[in-house]
Amino acid sequence: MSRILRATAFAGVFALTLTGCGGVGGDSGAGGGTATKGTLSTMGFGFSDEIATTRVDAFKRDHPDVDLKVTEGAFDEQQFLSAVASGNPPDLVYMDRKLIGTYAKRGSIQPLTDCVKKQDIDLEQYRPAARAQVTLDGTVYGIPEFSTVRVVYLNEGLLKQAGMTADQVNLGDWAALPGLNAKLASVSGGRLSRIGIDPKIPEFLPMWAKANGADMLSADGRTAKLDDPKVIEALTTGVNLIQQQGGWGRFKSFRDTFDFFGAQNPLSKNQIVAWPMEEWFLNQAAKNTPTAELVVKPFVDRQGKPLTQSAGQAWVITKGAKNPDAACAFVKQMTATDTWVAAAKARADARKAAGQAFTGVYTANAEADKKIFDELYQPTGNKRFDDAVATIRSVQDAAFAMPASPAGAEFDKAYYDAVNRVLAGQEQPAAALQRAQREATAALDKAAK
Amino acid sequence: MATVTAPAPGRRRRTPLARREARWAYLFLAPWIIGFLIFYAGPMVASLWLSFTEYDVINPPEYTGLDNYRELMSDPAVARSLGNTVYYTALHVPLVMLISLGLALLLKRVGRLQGFFRTVFYLPVMTPAVAVGILFLLLLNTQDGLINRALGLVGIAGPSWTTDPHWVMPGIILMSLWSLGSTVIIYLAALQNVPRDLYEAAAIDGAGAWARFRSVTLPMISGALFFTLIVNTIASLQMFTEVYTMYFGNRETQNSFNSDAASFYVIHLFQEAFQFLHMGFASAMAWLLFVIILVITLVQVKLSNRFVYYEGEDQ
Repeated sequence: MSRILRATAFAGVFALTLTGCGGVGGDSGAGGGTATKGTLSTMGFGFSDEIATTRVDAFKRDHPDVDLKVTEGAFDEQQFLSAVASGNPPDLVYMDRKLIGTYAKRGSIQPLTDCVKKQDIDLEQYRPAARAQVTLDGTVYGIPEFSTVRVVYLNEGLLKQAGMTADQVNLGDWAALPGLNAKLASVSGGRLSRIGIDPKIPEFLPMWAKANGADMLSADGRTAKLDDPKVIEALTTGVNLIQQQGGWGRFKSFRDTFDFFGAQNPLSKNQIVAWPMEEWFLNQAAKNTPTAELVVKPFVDRQGKPLTQSAGQAWVITKGAKNPDAACAFVKQMTATDTWVAAAKARADARKAAGQAFTGVYTANAEADKKIFDELYQPTGNKRFDDAVATIRSVQDAAFAMPASPAGAEFDKAYYDAVNRVLAGQEQPAAALQRAQREATAALDKAAK
Repeated sequence: MATVTAPAPGRRRRTPLARREARWAYLFLAPWIIGFLIFYAGPMVASLWLSFTEYDVINPPEYTGLDNYRELMSDPAVARSLGNTVYYTALHVPLVMLISLGLALLLKRVGRLQGFFRTVFYLPVMTPAVAVGILFLLLLNTQDGLINRALGLVGIAGPSWTTDPHWVMPGIILMSLWSLGSTVIIYLAALQNVPRDLYEAAAIDGAGAWARFRSVTLPMISGALFFTLIVNTIASLQMFTEVYTMYFGNRETQNSFNSDAASFYVIHLFQEAFQFLHMGFASAMAWLLFVIILVITLVQVKLSNRFVYYEGEDQ
């Protein structure tokens, strides 16, 4: 089938349902093809802050012959697939690392073996968890960018009111969690006014399962393990914490009112006591509520050992990229140690100018992080935030990540749906995860063909 | 003896003027016809072919015969989403028609302020669907939403609209009523076209308000009712944007809600096509929906022959 017919057919799915689909057009004649020359197009990236602009500026400065065209905006599957179907994919795509396995398996993104070799990219500088997420069947398909980790945030002011200290909060002692939750939460007349412990499921179920000694997906990303009794126990534990606080309806509707990005965040409004969350909230707290009584602790497994789940974005080069050499040079520079340090300096300067604390930049490049924290980061003088930064840095090497999978999106949907059914009271954890196991296995088997 | 043969009925030669007018008509229609062929008919034919293939957008399609259609019939997720969509349509369409008709009847009586209220009723239609989805997530919030707060004032503990599977669909239907302005406007226009003398004649014959409504108003606006029945039915079966925004907005939030109860057919189709890269299967889903809509519309058209009055037609 010709490319035009395929593109036309692709549009037909939505013509039938009277729904339009957008696409990104590229100039078929554009692009030089020689190293660091010609047009270079990206998708899924934007100039949201100084971290982005500083690094892009560095690339432009060092590669003046490359005409960089950044289509701003978050990665959009429909947009990407439309571009692929029409034979005009961008050279580079900035996407969530968990999508890489699927696109790699389908052949829409290039193996970076040659790129890594040509540009002499040191893969060892990237954190192992991030590397695992961009590697399918031993082949690297992406270069990792940021790296988020998850830690436990505690509102010490509320803990004091409950007659407790931060040291007494142990999310690894599952038997004690209901008691702790009852002590911290505030539910009266069926109305939830303060969350005690937010287990953050379904998003954080893999971390709870890992804390219980279970992996939900095999290391090669091809075998689901959702019906493992340890996963079921993890889900049961999380769901019970929510049921204890008035049930999913009350819990979620209360949580939906939170604004984590402003001065009226749930920490300052005393709406939550203990919750695992990504490290970026520390930046927001430092910026918006620097006087909050915040304590950050590592999430721990049931043996009390620090544990965290890592996630983030990566750069990939598309299969039909017209300028793969410039694309490779770009990803190298965007994730190189010096570039990250320059970007972090810009962030630190911006924060200083605004009279706000600089709490660091957390990348997938371990070497860059070391330099940023050794050379740029200055303790703020606020012990709470300085300790928090130290905690986040300490757990980065204990991170695990969901492995790259050829059916990552379907796997996610299977277990998210299972958790939702349990939260909605439609199924028990065991039955829900058994169904999810069947759905995920079917999708993984199909993708493996 | 010469014989004169009458021209065969239906094959009368058209006058030069008629032919010229026909040519102009086709010329003016050409942009639409070309657009239809390129953007609708062509892709539809191509997607029919794709529905018999395994196609992931990235690699060439592979012919698989009726496999996609067989899978369609046995996939519980498809059945669930179709069931949700039919449930929504069955409630949404009659509700929209009834409420819109009631509002149009009220508007007709307003008098000089009618223009103002007509604009007010139509304004929600101008609201972007994404904004409507987000707005209703706030309104339907169990603890702090305006709707449950209002219910609380009269002693009713409001349900969990967005998380209780039994209440998700009623919440969506409530949201869908937000944009009934266009139906109201159509009904109002139809009501204003009903000849006043028919009401006067009916009143002279002793007809009361209800009898006048049933025997004069309804038949006279039946064309508008039929049109909105068809249009709203098709739109309901294609419900997408508002619900997608509310429950499937992005990868992180989409699954924080109860997705089974809010899984509409076109949303499931979209996920199969763009998230799971099953474009062949999604094409089969699209064709199934097309056939369903076609059958429902044909049934409605057939029934309309008995119930719809068009001005100027022979009685």
